[in-house]
Amino acid sequence: MSRIATRLAFGCFGLFLAAPLAVVAGVSINEKKSLSFPPEGFSLAWFGEIFSNGEWFAALLSSLGVAVSASVLSVLVALPIAWFLWRWHAPFARIVQVLGLAPFILPPVITALGFLAFWSELGLYGQPWTVVISHGIFFVTLPLVTLTLGFDAIDATLVEAAATMGADDRAVLRTIVFPLIRPYMISGLAFAFVLSLNEYIVAYMVVGFTVETLPIKIFNALRYGYTPTMAAVTVLFVFIAALVFGLIARFGDLPRLLGAWSPRDE
Amino acid sequence: MMKAVPRRLRDYAPLGFPAAMLLCFFVVPFGIMIAISFYHRVQGGFYEPAFETANYERFLTAFFGGVLGFSLLLSGLVAAIAVTLAFPFTWLLVRQRRAVQVVWLVFLLSVLSLSEVIIGFAWSTLLSKTAGITNLLVALGVMDQAVSLSPSFGAVLVGMVYQAFPYTVLVLYPALSRLDPTLVEAARTLGASPLRAFFNVIVPGLRNTIVATLIMVFVFALGSYLLPQLLGRPQQWTLSVLITDQAIYQSNMPFASAMAVFLVLVSLGLVGLSLLAGRRENAQ
Amino acid sequence: MSGLVLDHLVKRYGPFTAVHDAELTIPHGRFVCLLGPSGCGKTTLLRMIAGLEAPTAGAIRLDGEDITGKPAHQRDFGMVFQSLALFPHLTVGENIAYPLRIRGKSKAEQRAEAERLLALVRLPGVADRPVSKLSGGQRQRVAIARALALSPRLFLLDEPLSALDAKLREAMQIELKQLQQRLGITTIVVTHDQREAMTMADLVVVMSAGRIHQAAPPVEVYRRPADAFVADFIGMTNLLKGDVAGPGRVTVGGGTLAVTDPTPASGAVILSVRPEDVSVRVEADAPNLLPGTVTFLRDLGATVEIRLDVAGQEVIAVTAPQDRPAVQAGDAVHVRFPAEAAVVLAS
Repeated sequence: MSRIATRLAFGCFGLFLAAPLAVVAGVSINEKKSLSFPPEGFSLAWFGEIFSNGEWFAALLSSLGVAVSASVLSVLVALPIAWFLWRWHAPFARIVQVLGLAPFILPPVITALGFLAFWSELGLYGQPWTVVISHGIFFVTLPLVTLTLGFDAIDATLVEAAATMGADDRAVLRTIVFPLIRPYMISGLAFAFVLSLNEYIVAYMVVGFTVETLPIKIFNALRYGYTPTMAAVTVLFVFIAALVFGLIARFGDLPRLLGAWSPRDE
Repeated sequence: MMKAVPRRLRDYAPLGFPAAMLLCFFVVPFGIMIAISFYHRVQGGFYEPAFETANYERFLTAFFGGVLGFSLLLSGLVAAIAVTLAFPFTWLLVRQRRAVQVVWLVFLLSVLSLSEVIIGFAWSTLLSKTAGITNLLVALGVMDQAVSLSPSFGAVLVGMVYQAFPYTVLVLYPALSRLDPTLVEAARTLGASPLRAFFNVIVPGLRNTIVATLIMVFVFALGSYLLPQLLGRPQQWTLSVLITDQAIYQSNMPFASAMAVFLVLVSLGLVGLSLLAGRRENAQ
Repeated sequence: MSGLVLDHLVKRYGPFTAVHDAELTIPHGRFVCLLGPSGCGKTTLLRMIAGLEAPTAGAIRLDGEDITGKPAHQRDFGMVFQSLALFPHLTVGENIAYPLRIRGKSKAEQRAEAERLLALVRLPGVADRPVSKLSGGQRQRVAIARALALSPRLFLLDEPLSALDAKLREAMQIELKQLQQRLGITTIVVTHDQREAMTMADLVVVMSAGRIHQAAPPVEVYRRPADAFVADFIGMTNLLKGDVAGPGRVTVGGGTLAVTDPTPASGAVILSVRPEDVSVRVEADAPNLLPGTVTFLRDLGATVEIRLDVAGQEVIAVTAPQDRPAVQAGDAVHVRFPAEAAVVLAS
């Protein structure tokens, strides 16, 4: 395909993908508190609102807190599974792996409903920490997938070599496995973090009335009162996501993490 | 190297924590949800344990049957459009330099991470009367007056395709990036133009991948719970919207659970199909 | 009992037997090569010695101590893998010092040992380089240095030179042999290249299909192969089918040959005669001749190779250029098989 045609194609797709974001960005810098485009006037005040407005700031902190805790939990659950399946030949352990992959494959509303039913039955509905566990389990799939990829990438002979040099299981874990797994652990953590930050339906169903995360607040704002701060938050989220993924790309092999064959595989 | 089989029960210890967590916080909630789907609904938001199939029977009425039909149709359409757009895009993408690929992947991942709320908000803004494309077109002099393009079926469709697009690309990415580049070259030397080579060589060879992707995007689209609400009228609401509605606003957990169970079965069935399609491809 | 003893070692993978009943004694300080074609079980045998595979039956003893059940990390052996298995996340020095690090030695000790070993393999000054920045030959040496850290009791190598180009390979074979002689360390190398084995080994162990055919010094393996497989695998040989006609006499095709090697009382035998021992004559002017026809002749520069048809079997003769007989393809000639050059093997 000719260079020009390719450029044009990419341009069109880029436009399609960026258009809504551009509009939201435009709204976020609008001086007036109205939903209008092209923007009238320029103001970064709405970005400041995120931090100065008590409600928005509380929502930001809630989102960040949940995202950090949930992503750590996800990794803590996913790591032993991925390690175990790599270390041992145990077909029954595959069941645990499937359980780890399941939450993400099903439509989110179902998982959300399941959690709602669960916490209600236990009488814990609305407790703030329930969303951390809910997100933590919901997002297990992401670090599980990246860690499985990471473990697969470990050359088995490295472990054997370490063994011939006196390293037992624990030493191998400490000196060989962890250093090689680290990038995949970090990327799994980052994926879970970003997705938890943006996640709406599970959080809403589980703690929607007691804890307001940013996506919940945006939704409420959509229904009950519009403010450009919503747009500012959206821009912030896109920025955070791009930053996180950009960092992963910078320090890791992003195409490889997503399933491509890297030239280093030769 | 043949992996050892765990010999002692102690060897299974590391699996204890994750297995317990998943059992406790995934399997059990599901079980409870399935149980609730058979419960009897009591006015005022509670339900009492029972075993009745009333919820499922209600589901078989014309209205909800219509919603199901619409959901399946909409998801199918979204899947078809998304794959039709994403396939050539991804094919072009994997043939770029690695640096270019990385930029696009970061971009796609960032868009993918956006929640439905944000996408819904962004598109409703883009399609609105005061801050949308039409305003831009009016400002450019192409249109006389700004109009609102949503709520409408088209708006829902566009929004859902937008949401599904990055996902579709990432699903197709591994398969297309591992494709043998010499296939197209061979076709070219035999006289096919690039377009012809694409349709006669690439597409048929990846038939199973395409089918598997279609199914996965279909399941993905089925899960859309906000976009039909934000961008469409009630007649465009899908099953997921109804589940949310019944669970939160109507406080009818049993009925919502029944619909959810049904949706799970449909999704699992389709995922199973796509796994089979993928396996057949690998066996070739 | 000093040395490494393999006692009726067996390895089965389900219905497939990789190693049948291996018995071998390796005295200390020897350079041993496990030689054979792909799939003959030599790597499996080495891995059992290293402790990376558990034998299905049998025992391994080192200096009298039964180490069969000992896990690999307790055996104090150094091993070089075919893929070298250098740790990509560590520098050269960190790779080499790894055995010391595992045993809790100080950073200073690690550094000193790494430098000592790098000097030993003639690769000084690269301790701080990442492994990816080395050439193939350099990585080879690092792998060897790493395996020799802390002076292990056994030095095991699995096809260590297979990734190198021919010239480098020959140089490394000699270097490896010299290194071993200097250190006096008991060494076991797996290889499929018989020239490599003949170059380096004190003891050649010829294997095929999971069985050990012969374990002997290179010259003996060459001159007195234990069976037809060994004779054919090591260098080139002519295998003539024949029948015992009497003590020291074997009928082959159309004639009878005298042999000095002991013959069984009767029955079918195979005579192995090396091509350099076979001579082609125009006149019947020597004993032990068989009639034959020249089928192909090629001058390889350093030698001349003549292919013949002798009683329906193909025979190859190799001579020096100055001794080249005046024959060409199609000629009827006499082929001489000296009595003392023939090895009598079971059929």
